[in-house]
Parts: sequence; structure tokens; C-alpha cells
Amino acid sequence: MHIPDGFINGGTSLVAGGLAAGGVAISLKQAGKTLDERQIPIAGLAASFVFAVQMLNFPVASGTSGHLLGGVLAAVLVGPWTGALCVTVVLLVQSLLFADGGLSALGLNVINMAFVGAFVGYGIFLAVRRVLPKRPASVSLAAGLAALCAPVLASLLFIVEYAIGGNGAASIGKVATAMIGVHVLIGVGEGVITAMTITAVLASRPDLVHGARGIVRPHVAVPVPQPVGS
Amino acid sequence: MKRLTTTGFVVAGIAVALFLALVISPHASSSPDGLNKVAADTGLDIGVEPHATAASPLAGYSVKGVDDSSISTGLAGIIGVGVTFAIGIGLFGLLRLSRRNAAAPPAEAEGEVEPSAPASASAG
Repeated sequence: MHIPDGFINGGTSLVAGGLAAGGVAISLKQAGKTLDERQIPIAGLAASFVFAVQMLNFPVASGTSGHLLGGVLAAVLVGPWTGALCVTVVLLVQSLLFADGGLSALGLNVINMAFVGAFVGYGIFLAVRRVLPKRPASVSLAAGLAALCAPVLASLLFIVEYAIGGNGAASIGKVATAMIGVHVLIGVGEGVITAMTITAVLASRPDLVHGARGIVRPHVAVPVPQPVGS
Repeated sequence: MKRLTTTGFVVAGIAVALFLALVISPHASSSPDGLNKVAADTGLDIGVEPHATAASPLAGYSVKGVDDSSISTGLAGIIGVGVTFAIGIGLFGLLRLSRRNAAAPPAEAEGEVEPSAPASASAG
């Protein structure tokens, strides 16, 4: 899902870079408002865990693999703003050090992989969680279902980006058909890995799961006033 | 069951991430991912350019100079886990610091004063 340099033209990439920078600035501001001391190492852990799991490409169809994007996982663990920043850090490190994901396409990749999962995916998570019984298992299930959607939504967004500024000659219909199909399969993997990881964290430290607030008992009383509905 | 401390949880989590990066990632599928496969099949990659950091000693999740591909991938993985953790801690630590500084009572408070704030000379 990492877009290399040259798939999408410079103008579109530049606009995406501006949008991504704006989103990161808002995320920094919002994350800074709520971040407490205890969450700092947890957020660092979320970033490095997403990095590690992104390396684990699993086969999805003949000659095709997929890997976790991690936006939903990070957002459910540490909240959407901090989660978006975690995945952005991963994408930055991958692009700068590992030559994975073009530097000029960094904005596109941040939008498709960090924002889609951490914001849209987290919205789906909240909506699904709301209709399920107030139990820890519901948190895992909602996270898994939201994570299932994230790669599909990312692929839809890629199709839009390709339609706006794609350098390639392939027709949009052809690209769309191929992209959506394979990313539904990758979504299944993303959903399973996300649900399993959230289940494991809920089993050891349920109070550390941001998305389980209001469902599991807090570990220590934290006197931080926070708007609950959202 | 004894509950893990936060530090214990982070140490355990990093250990899992390092294990995945070092031991499991060399066995991951080497097929192109969804986007790259579609790109190759449909020709949407016609404009692809070499990566700007293709000369990085870690390019392609391998460590330059390490010939064994499994070891090379594993090493690249643990370096990546370490770097992302360090940057994450640094970034979120800075965010926390900046918030604490912003939250510190200003010398010339003109708004409401928190009830818990130390008594200060009332503004005129």
C-alpha cells in the first residue's frame, strides 16, 4: 500500500503533502491536550509494534501479499490523534531509512494509511462498539471489523488519487477492480491481526486500551476531565 | 493473575515487536503487496521513479553488507523497531513537555485561576 515516487503526479502529491501536514499539525495539537505521562511509552510501543507487524506480509492471492496498515490498531490502543501520529512516524521512518513509500508520496501515504485508519476507521470502531454489548470482547470485535474496512477504504482513496493525478496509462476501472478485490482480502488479515492484538492487550492491561474506556475498569483514577461522547 | 506494571507491559510489548521483526519477518511473504501487484499487472506504475533514499544502508529492509538475507532482514527489522520507538518516545515526550509548559500558570494571570493553584497576588 506504500505508494512509491512517480505513481501519482507531482501536483497531486504536493496537495496531499499539504493536507497531510495540516492533519499532522491538528493531531499534534489534539494529542498534546490529552496525552498523560503514562501514555508516552505506550504510544512509542504502538509505533514500533505497527512497524514490526507491517513487515509481516501475508499471502492473500496468487503472487500477492498484504500487510497490516495499523491505523485502527494504533487508534484503538492510544486514541485517534496519537494513533495517527504513531503510524505517521512509522511511514516517515520507512520512507527515509528503508526506501519504502516514496518521499514525494509521503503525504499520500500518510492520508491513506495513517489518517484513514486512525480517523475513519476509528469512527467505524466507535459506531460498531456502540451497538454491541458493553463487554471487552465487543472492543476486540469492533476493532477487527473497523480494521477490515481500513485497507479497503485506503484502496478506494488510492483510486481517487490515481483518477486525479495518476501517471499510469491503466484505466481507472481496471485499477479499481483489481485494487478493491485484493484489499478486501488484505482487510481480512488486518481485521484478524487487530482483533487478536487488542484481545491480548485487554487480557493483560485492559485499562491501557483507549477504545475500551467506559467498558473496562480504570487501573487508577485519573482526574482528567474528558468529553465522553464523540 | 498478577497485573503487569506499565513498564512491564512496554518491555513485554517491545520484546514481542523485536521477536516479530527479527524472527518472523524473514519468513514473511516476499510477493509484491496489493498495490505493487496491481501496479505491475495494470501498468499504472509507468511513471515510477527510483526511490530517493534507495542508497540508504537499510533500503528494502535489509542491512547493506550483511549477505544472509534472513539475518539482514531481521537486523533491519530490529533497527526499525528501535528507531520508531525512540522517535515515538521523543515526539510524545516533547508533546507532553510542551503541554506542561503551556499549562504552567503564567506570571500575569488574567483569566480564571484554578482553585488548586497556589495563591497569588490578585490582579487589579
